Amino acid sequence: MAAVTQDTAVSMGRIARVFIYLLLLLFALFYLLPLYVMGINSVKPLAEITGGNMMALPQVWTLDPWRSAWSTAQIGVEPTGLKPYFLNSILMVVPAVAISTIVGALNGYVLTKWRFRGDTWVFGLMLFSCFIPFQIVLIPMAMVLGKLGLAGTVPGLVLVHVVYGIGFTTLYFRNYYAAFPTELVRAAQIDGAGFFQIFWRILLPVSGPIAVVSVIWQFTNIWNDFLFGASFGGTSQPMTVALNNLVQSSTGVKEYNVHFAGAILAALPTLFVYFVAGRYFVRGLMAGSVKG
Amino acid sequence: MSTAPDFRTRLQDWLPKLVLAPSFAVTLLFVYGFIAFTVLLSFTGSKMLPSYNFVGWLNYQKLWALPAWNTAIVNIAIFASLYIIICTAVGLALAIFLDQKIRGEGVLRPIYLYPMALSFIVTGTAWKWFLDPGIGLEKVMHLWGWESFSFTWIKDGDMAIYTIVIAAVWQTSGFVMAMFLAGLRGIDNEILKAAQIDGASNWQLYRRIVIPLLRPAFLSAFVILSHLAIKSYDLVVALTGGGPGRATEMPATFMYSYTFTRNQMGIGASSAVIMLMTIAAIMVPYLYAELKEKK
Repeated sequence: MAAVTQDTAVSMGRIARVFIYLLLLLFALFYLLPLYVMGINSVKPLAEITGGNMMALPQVWTLDPWRSAWSTAQIGVEPTGLKPYFLNSILMVVPAVAISTIVGALNGYVLTKWRFRGDTWVFGLMLFSCFIPFQIVLIPMAMVLGKLGLAGTVPGLVLVHVVYGIGFTTLYFRNYYAAFPTELVRAAQIDGAGFFQIFWRILLPVSGPIAVVSVIWQFTNIWNDFLFGASFGGTSQPMTVALNNLVQSSTGVKEYNVHFAGAILAALPTLFVYFVAGRYFVRGLMAGSVKG
Repeated sequence: MSTAPDFRTRLQDWLPKLVLAPSFAVTLLFVYGFIAFTVLLSFTGSKMLPSYNFVGWLNYQKLWALPAWNTAIVNIAIFASLYIIICTAVGLALAIFLDQKIRGEGVLRPIYLYPMALSFIVTGTAWKWFLDPGIGLEKVMHLWGWESFSFTWIKDGDMAIYTIVIAAVWQTSGFVMAMFLAGLRGIDNEILKAAQIDGASNWQLYRRIVIPLLRPAFLSAFVILSHLAIKSYDLVVALTGGGPGRATEMPATFMYSYTFTRNQMGIGASSAVIMLMTIAAIMVPYLYAELKEKK
């Protein structure tokens, strides 16, 4: 998004402006409402939700739903709370993001600075893999993970997320490095610098912004993934799958306040990243439409 | 003269390709190899486990005769078209309004966009309870004195699909807004000023000049939204679980249940192939055009 707001050439009348402000505020309400509802109902006793108004502030404030969601709520058959699944997600997300970003950087470097015949095809084939419906790979993936002994493990999920993540990370770095002057690379080559030396000394130092974009995008995607987690998670299910199990469980009283607390817990890491580095988040989303 | 430097130069020549090779090999195997395998399975009578007795087009015939698949196709058609149209309309409107030198744009923009950072499971959970007549919106309206207010879509087989549209629009319309806003900010103001001097009204200005100039943003939005729509799985699972009954079955949920819970792997594979072909029909021309431009 443009950092400098330009003068808008089109100007509107006073009444139109009031109308625009009203509409914009109304939409802000629409976007904030679910978060507000989840937030306030996660600090209410259950009786206040079932017997009271969903929009009202709590009469009695309590953190019990949060404690329950974190450490004692029934997930599936075990009363473990979401804590172990949160840990699973972290153990899955950190290596998957790191590996896919590093591989993407190297791929982008090769595809822009060491071009060869057919490189656009190679990139095109990798790029298309970002957009396939993953249903098409679920069955063979389950078989391969089984054969490798990785079914239902965190390393298995890391593998899956790296494999289907490098298309995007390659795209980011390729578009970014394409704008970097190739003459500098050639000059370094003439001076006797090798392939990795050039990458390390010349390209890596300027890769900060795009690395942030790649890390944020991969982090958000992998943290929020449900399909792979549900299909291959086994006993190492990530947070999203555990949250769904918590919310959908049909036994006992529905503890809405615990569900809300759990949902916010599942959303916190990505929300945190978004509010700290929102600018990069938007850039990553834009780059997802192929044009860098 | 030794051969060592020679070997080094040759290694340097090959190094870039060696670095790229593992990624490419992995893509060929895990993407294209797997696609080929799933296509193969779709022509077999696989049930719980893959088998290799070929049955020709039988799975596809069975698939299109299944009421559940037909529901899924009708649902995805309703969902995808409404989702794409509403998201684009809301996104464009918000972008145009935000572009009017709005005070507090810096506050509003992140509010519109933050749902995109959430998991569909979280979105589904939030909206599920918000739309639940027993504790959500309907009850609130009753408590506020609007006794006759009724909003039971999520429990209604005919209307439940629209609740998925609402939640999905909530999640992604801010993102479409961001895309259009970036497009608007990229338009040269001189063009607009010139048109204004020529006496064009605001409405004409947007209709005749601005919106045509935003064509690339429209295309990107369409491609991304349609691909998100066809893949939508998590949101349905979290919001309605495919219900009530099977009213909100989608191709993605259909594929999953037929393959993994109903042990009809052949049919599940054929439904996945249909999904892939639909997405490929949209993505391949788009990617081809994008990559060609770049050359």
